[in-house]
Amino acid sequence: MIITNIESVPNKKIVEHFGIVSGSTVRAKHVGTDILAGVKNFFGGELGGYTDLLNEARQESVERMTKQASWKGANAIINVRFATSSITQGASEIYVYGTAVRVE
Amino acid sequence: MGEIIISIILLLVAFSSGTLIEKRHYKSIRQREKAYLTIPILTTKELPVESDKIESVQLVGDGVVIAGDHFKMFLAGLINLVGGRITTYESLIDRARREATLRMMKKARLVNADMIINFRIETSNINSIQDNSEKHKNAAIEAFAYGTAIRVKK
Repeated sequence: MIITNIESVPNKKIVEHFGIVSGSTVRAKHVGTDILAGVKNFFGGELGGYTDLLNEARQESVERMTKQASWKGANAIINVRFATSSITQGASEIYVYGTAVRVE
Repeated sequence: MGEIIISIILLLVAFSSGTLIEKRHYKSIRQREKAYLTIPILTTKELPVESDKIESVQLVGDGVVIAGDHFKMFLAGLINLVGGRITTYESLIDRARREATLRMMKKARLVNADMIINFRIETSNINSIQDNSEKHKNAAIEAFAYGTAIRVKK
């Protein structure tokens, strides 16, 4: 599966469009990470637990989107966008969407 | 009286740790930015080379969450009363964005990319507490940088 955030797959011709595909996840970390983040928030610096949380969530969203695209018979997703929203403290939603296409 | 002394001590501890962490972070950011100068990042969608010269394309992206320290938040709360530039937040967001970009570059290098096109940065505020009185207690900035890494035929 080729994934890009530009409007084409360079050097390849798009033969079929399948419309939008998307994936979303809502994730929270366990309480230990939240407490650790609270402590880190006093001293400053990177919140490694939350960084991992969001990266895992993004990976999973992309996987869901990819699954949806291959189910439709696509072999590439173009013009991919990411959106993040925080739902409550310590939980966030990641949404990823794009256009599924088939290229030669 | 005792309470005031304790909170001043807390602020001083947070100030020194926060400043130290920020200085170190900026130093490492500058070092790594120099190392990645060889891979150009473009914000345009157009291909800078002819499309038949392109070997492969791939989406790369990485994010980071950076928290401000207790002193920064306290100062931001004070400045918020009188208005003006909140420099403590400015450096926080700057660090998060640059760090995210660097981590994206690391991934780009792993896939042997020659350049990155249509580069975008998403920023969001996680950990936001709704209660107004604690508005500045816990600010953490998440930056996510992504773009299409392209490899040119040699």
